[in-house]
Amino acid sequence: MTNVLVCIKRVPETSSEVRLTDDSMDIDAGYVGYTLSSHDECAIELASQIAEETKGTATALSVGSPDAAEQLRGAVALGCRGAILLEAELGQFGPVDIAAAIAAEVARRSDDGEEFDLILVGNDAADTGDFQVGVRLAYLLGRPVAMGISTVEIDGDRVMARGVAGAGTEIYSLPLPAVVAIQEGGVDPRYPSIPGRMRAKRMKIEQRPADVTPSGSGRVRLRRSAPKPSEVQILGEGPDAAAALVDVMYEIGVVPR
Amino acid sequence: MITVLAEVDGADVAETSLEALTFARTLAGGRGTSLGVVVIGIGETTDEIDDSAADSLARTFADYGATRVRFIGGPDVAAYCAAAYAAALVDAARQWQSDVVIASGTPRGTEMLAHAAVRLDAVMAANAVETLSDDPLVVSRQVMGGSILEDMRVDSPVAVLTVAGHAVEAAPAERGESSDSGRAAPEIERVEHRADPADLVMAMQRLEPTEQADTAALTGARVVVGAGRGVGGADEFDDVLELVDLLGGALGVSRVVTNLGWRPHHEQVGQTGSRISPDLYVACGISGAIQHLAGCSSARTIVAINSDADAPMVTNAQYAVIGDLHEIIPAVNEELRRRRG
Ligand SMILES: Cc1cc2nc3c(=O)[nH]c(=O)nc-3n(C[C@H](O)[C@H](O)[C@H](O)COP(=O)(O)OP(=O)(O)OC[C@H]3O[C@@H](n4cnc5c(N)ncnc54)[C@H](O)[C@@H]3O)c2cc1C
Repeated sequence: MTNVLVCIKRVPETSSEVRLTDDSMDIDAGYVGYTLSSHDECAIELASQIAEETKGTATALSVGSPDAAEQLRGAVALGCRGAILLEAELGQFGPVDIAAAIAAEVARRSDDGEEFDLILVGNDAADTGDFQVGVRLAYLLGRPVAMGISTVEIDGDRVMARGVAGAGTEIYSLPLPAVVAIQEGGVDPRYPSIPGRMRAKRMKIEQRPADVTPSGSGRVRLRRSAPKPSEVQILGEGPDAAAALVDVMYEIGVVPR
Repeated sequence: MITVLAEVDGADVAETSLEALTFARTLAGGRGTSLGVVVIGIGETTDEIDDSAADSLARTFADYGATRVRFIGGPDVAAYCAAAYAAALVDAARQWQSDVVIASGTPRGTEMLAHAAVRLDAVMAANAVETLSDDPLVVSRQVMGGSILEDMRVDSPVAVLTVAGHAVEAAPAERGESSDSGRAAPEIERVEHRADPADLVMAMQRLEPTEQADTAALTGARVVVGAGRGVGGADEFDDVLELVDLLGGALGVSRVVTNLGWRPHHEQVGQTGSRISPDLYVACGISGAIQHLAGCSSARTIVAINSDADAPMVTNAQYAVIGDLHEIIPAVNEELRRRRG
C-alpha cells in the first residue's frame, strides 16, 4: 500500500499570446486560460497508477490561489482520492517558499499519523520554470530525490525511477519515503471518467493558508522577449519550389556527398 | 572566483558548458574576479583521468577564461549521483570562496545546481540569459517557455545560476579581456571526492543504452527534419523519413505528434522535449507554437514547409515553401536524388 502525494500547480495556458499586467509583475489573468503543466499531468497519472496497483491512495496538493481548486478537482477526476489546497499569493512565493509550505503540510499530517511514502512533483512548472521545488522539498523532509523521471514503479520498500537521458534510460532505485520529480514522456495521462468527474464535483477540498512567511521570488518585473523581425524568404509555392529549396540546402552545405 | 560546472565527454566539452563559461566570464569580467571550472565523475580514481584528455580540457577551459580547473573523481562519483556530485561542486565553490556558481541549464546541470543551491543556502535562478546588474545581482531569465523574460534579483550571499541552452553564444576569451583570463596553463587540481553515505542512496543504479531512446542523435544532428500535426497521421511519415535519410539527419517532431502517439516522445523538440541547434531545421507541417520554438530557435537556418503562410513557424524561418507538405517533400526528395545521380 503506497500513499502518494502529487504536487501540482495551476499555470497560465501560454500557447497563445500572453499579456502582462500594468505593473509588469504578472501575466494578465483576464486574457489567458489556466491549466496544468504537462509534467504535472504525467505525475497525476503515475500517482493514480501506483495507488491502484498497490491499493494505496493518491492525494493531490496545490499551493496557490483558491482558483487552483479547479486543477485539484481535475486531479480527483483522474484518480486522486483527496485534494489539499494551501492558499498562498503565488506572486509572493518563490520556490523556497513553495517547498517550505509543502514540507510543513507533510510534517503536520505525519504528526497526525498520515504518511506519504512517495511525493511526486512536476520536474518544473510551465510558467516559472524554477526546477527546484522537488529538490528543496526533499532536503526539508530529509528524503532522497530524483529529477527528470518519466516512469516510477514501487518495488517493496523502494521506488524504481526511470528517466530518459542523452545516452539512454537512467534507472534509480530510491528507498521510500522519497521525492521524485516527473518529466513528461513516460505515460499518457488518461481522460477523466464519468464517475471520476462526479467524484471530483462532490469532493471537499481541504483548504488552509500555507504555513510559511514567504521570502519571495526575487521577481523585479516581467517583459516580453523582443520579437525577431520576420526575414523569411518565400521560395515558392507547392512542388515547383523544390529545386529552390534544394539549392538552399546545397548553399548551406548540408547535403551529404 | 566564479565556479562553473562543465559537462564533458572524453576530451570534448559540451557546447552548452562553453556557453555557460562565456556567460560566467562576462560576469567575472565585470567583477574583476576569475573563473574556476569543475569537472566531476570522470573515472573510478583521479589517476584514471586520462592525462591527455585532462590537458586538452584544461586548454579549452583556459581559452574560455578559466584560471583553475578541478577534476573530481573517485569511486563515489563513478556513477551519476546528483547529491554526491553537488557536494563535490559545493566543496570547490567553498574552497574557492565563490559567490556565484554557474552551470548550463541541461538536465544534469539543473539537477546538480538545485542540490548545490540548497547546500549553499542560495537563491537559484534557472535559465538565465543575461546579467542586468551586478550589485545587487539581477539576471534576466526565460520563463513561460521562453516567450517572456523575468528580471530576477538573486540576493543571497552565494548566487546559483543555470544558463539557458543556446541563449548565449559560446566565445573564447579575447587576449587581455580581463586580467586573469586567457592564461595558457590554468592550475589543475585532481581531487578524489569521498561522499557522505546518505548522499549515495540517490546514485544511478544503471544506464540502459537504448538506441530507441537516444536523444543524443537528435540534439547533436547537423540536420533535423521536423514533422508536426500537418503530416496527418502515424502512417504518413514515409516522405519525411526519406528526407531525413537523404540528408543524413534526424527526425524531430512537435508535441501534438507525440501526444497523438504518432511518434515516440524522445523525438519531441521543444520546451518539454529536446533543444536542438542544427545547421538546418526543416519544419514540415508545424505551426511554430512558442513551446516548439523554444526548442528549435537556435537552429542556424530554419526552413518551413507549411500550407499557412502566416504560421509563426514561417515568420520565424529564413526560408519557406508554402503548400501541402505531401506534395512538396516528395518533389524535394526527387530533386535531391536526381542531383546526387
Ligand atoms: C506546457 C506546454 C509545453 C509544451 N511543450 C511543447 C514542446 O516541447 N514541443 C512542442 O512542439 N509543443 C509543445 N507544446 C504544444 C504547443 O503549444 C503546440 O500545441 C504544438 O507545438 C503544436 O504542434 P503542431 O505545430 O504540430 O500542430 P498544429 O498547431 O496543429 O499545427 C499544424 C501545422 O501544420 C500545418 N499544416 C496542416 N496540414 C498541412 C499540410 N498538408 N501541409 C503543410 N502544412 C500543413 C498547419 O498550417 C499548421 O501550421 C507545449 C504546450 C504546453 C502548454
